[in-house]
Amino acid sequence: MQQSSLKSIIYDARLRGYFYQVFILGCLAFGLWWLIDNTVTNLADRGKTVGFGFLTENAGFQISSTLGTWLFDYKVGQSSYLDVYFIGIANTFLVAVLGIAGATVLGFTVGIMRLSKNFIIRSFATVYIELLRNIPLLLQLFFWYFAVLRALPSKRDKIEIIPDVVAMNITGLYLPAPVIEPGFIYSVIAFVIAIIITLVMKSWAQKRQFETGQRFPVLWTALGLIIGLTMLTFWITGSPMNWSYPEFKMTGAILRRGFQSGSGMVLVPEMLAVWLALTLYTAAFIAEIVRAGILAVAKGQTEAAYSIGMRPGMTLRLIIIPQALRVIIPPLTSQYLNLTKNSSLAVAIAYPELVSIFAGTALNQVGKEIEMIFMMMMVYLTFSVATAAFMNWFNARVKLVER
Amino acid sequence: MKKLTAAMVAVAGVAFATSASAATLDDVKAKGHIQCGVSQGLPGFSNADDAGKWTGLDVDLCRAVAAAVFGDANAVKFTPLSAKQRFTAIASGEVDILSRNTTWTMTRDTQLGLNFAGVNYYDGQGMMVPTSLGVTSATELDGANICTNTGTTTELNITDFFRANGMSFNLVAFEKADEVVAAYDAGRCDVYTTDRSGLAAQRGKLTAPDAHMVLSEIISKEPLGPVVRQGDDQWFNIVRWSLNAMINAEEMGITSENVNATKYNDVTPGVARLVGKEGNFGEELGLSNDWAYNIISQVGNYAESYEANVTPLGLARGVNALWSDGGILYAAPIR
Repeated sequence: MQQSSLKSIIYDARLRGYFYQVFILGCLAFGLWWLIDNTVTNLADRGKTVGFGFLTENAGFQISSTLGTWLFDYKVGQSSYLDVYFIGIANTFLVAVLGIAGATVLGFTVGIMRLSKNFIIRSFATVYIELLRNIPLLLQLFFWYFAVLRALPSKRDKIEIIPDVVAMNITGLYLPAPVIEPGFIYSVIAFVIAIIITLVMKSWAQKRQFETGQRFPVLWTALGLIIGLTMLTFWITGSPMNWSYPEFKMTGAILRRGFQSGSGMVLVPEMLAVWLALTLYTAAFIAEIVRAGILAVAKGQTEAAYSIGMRPGMTLRLIIIPQALRVIIPPLTSQYLNLTKNSSLAVAIAYPELVSIFAGTALNQVGKEIEMIFMMMMVYLTFSVATAAFMNWFNARVKLVER
Repeated sequence: MKKLTAAMVAVAGVAFATSASAATLDDVKAKGHIQCGVSQGLPGFSNADDAGKWTGLDVDLCRAVAAAVFGDANAVKFTPLSAKQRFTAIASGEVDILSRNTTWTMTRDTQLGLNFAGVNYYDGQGMMVPTSLGVTSATELDGANICTNTGTTTELNITDFFRANGMSFNLVAFEKADEVVAAYDAGRCDVYTTDRSGLAAQRGKLTAPDAHMVLSEIISKEPLGPVVRQGDDQWFNIVRWSLNAMINAEEMGITSENVNATKYNDVTPGVARLVGKEGNFGEELGLSNDWAYNIISQVGNYAESYEANVTPLGLARGVNALWSDGGILYAAPIR
């Protein structure tokens, strides 16, 4: 009797299920406790404390001038480690966003090129993809950085891209910097208003087309409105923005020749190399995703579009791409996430992003590994989750609406 | 991504390291070798040749400790570390000694959970510029682009120097020394700054070493020495006294060549204590009494190590000479 009841407990699938779940949960809890306890003990052994007080201390090192140092007005000895953190985030964000934009445009272009009927275009795209996606990114980073450095003229020389406006040498790409004066805000307001009017107009035009079949030139009207209204406001308020042009000196002490700091805007070669490498590398993967997406749309769709009189451009825009996007978006999201995380390799070539200045220089000065690595992981996690959330939203928008 | 992974591993290292802080000496004896953290390639201090054999002043220190512990200077394995990884590597127990031209500073001593076991090279930060720049003093460098590597005291020192002199500069900080040299060589920077020993060591990698000059200014004190984990006094003592034994041996004129003869013939009490004929200094350390004899016979004294490794870089002994020769190298006596 007793034996049979024991047997029934062992063979009860539901009870067994509970047992496994409790067991695994117990293991997990023990593992977690063990990790935390070990960390605490080890830190105590080495006389180290845990805390975020260091964030308000002043950072005593210089950071290469980049978007971050400009945004947060970095001053050695006055700015804190928290500022260093934000500068790192800003610089990481900058290359990630620029990289995503560049890789998307280039990736779509190469992906479509690979489907071209022209042999040369098709082969070029194939070679590009196979070459770039099969060489480790770090090597490409070094290649572009040192190739860029070696190709450029020295600090006391320059290549003029647009004479007196845009020029380049080994210290970076020099552009005019906007100098904003009070009153500029009105132009911004005008710009926003123009966009709102455009959106209203667009829905009106769409409604009218559904009802009457008449089309309205939305694009040209919108462009005219946005540019016209903004420029008009800008002109009426007395052009409240000037340009600071990069200043180049050929005389004086040798060290002081070249572009003068405090004039114009500079994009350092480290950033350009990181951007170039991330763009070219990720574009190779995106190209393959785009090709797969387009090939996934059945040929019958194109034929059907032609048969109702659509032109090739319209077919691509209204029939193929919307359907291809459904296939493209999910893997594209992964590529965006990869690109963001890969930007941490920039530490190798002196681009002052998060890993370099916060988890590198600052970590070495402060020695708070756990806190700082945690803070850094949170940034990448936030970037990635935000990107994924946006792409999921976009995916939901473009996915097939079943009727 | 690789760097990020390394950092994560380091954090995991703190979390996973066995919580009972067992004596490093027992751990080392159990595994049969010493794990020594060195640089990723700094000629004269720690540099691997084509065959993967490590040489240098910092390498010799680890070999000396191995000789003292095992009686075999080759019972060492080397872990090349970037400036950034090094403290995490020693703190997490990945290496037993960090002998990687590391500057002894108060922060590192007090906040990183580490101890400096001594100084094996007194250095100072210097600056190298192309001769064509026409600069003779570091005070003329206002507005310069400066290349250096991250995770070191050099970033702070150079910043302090420029601030103190009211000059502006732009810092380009790389993770590895090789990239710093390559970028400086390509002309990205006007100035390359690091410890003067480093400048001498890296100069050979430039395309035209003679077209560059080291400025006379020394902008910092950089006492470089071996680092151990805090909280293990026995291991700390072993590393400290291995270094002291090498310096004392030089002072007493004992070299790897004459140590055998000395061991049996010299009756000077100091020498007899050093080579283990008198007293039980080795046992007090938890080692055998011929610990220092093994160091001297297998690795040599400080002068031998210096002349084999650092002298070829063109760096004279200078402040690194013995106190009795006008330098500041002064080891506590073995007695």
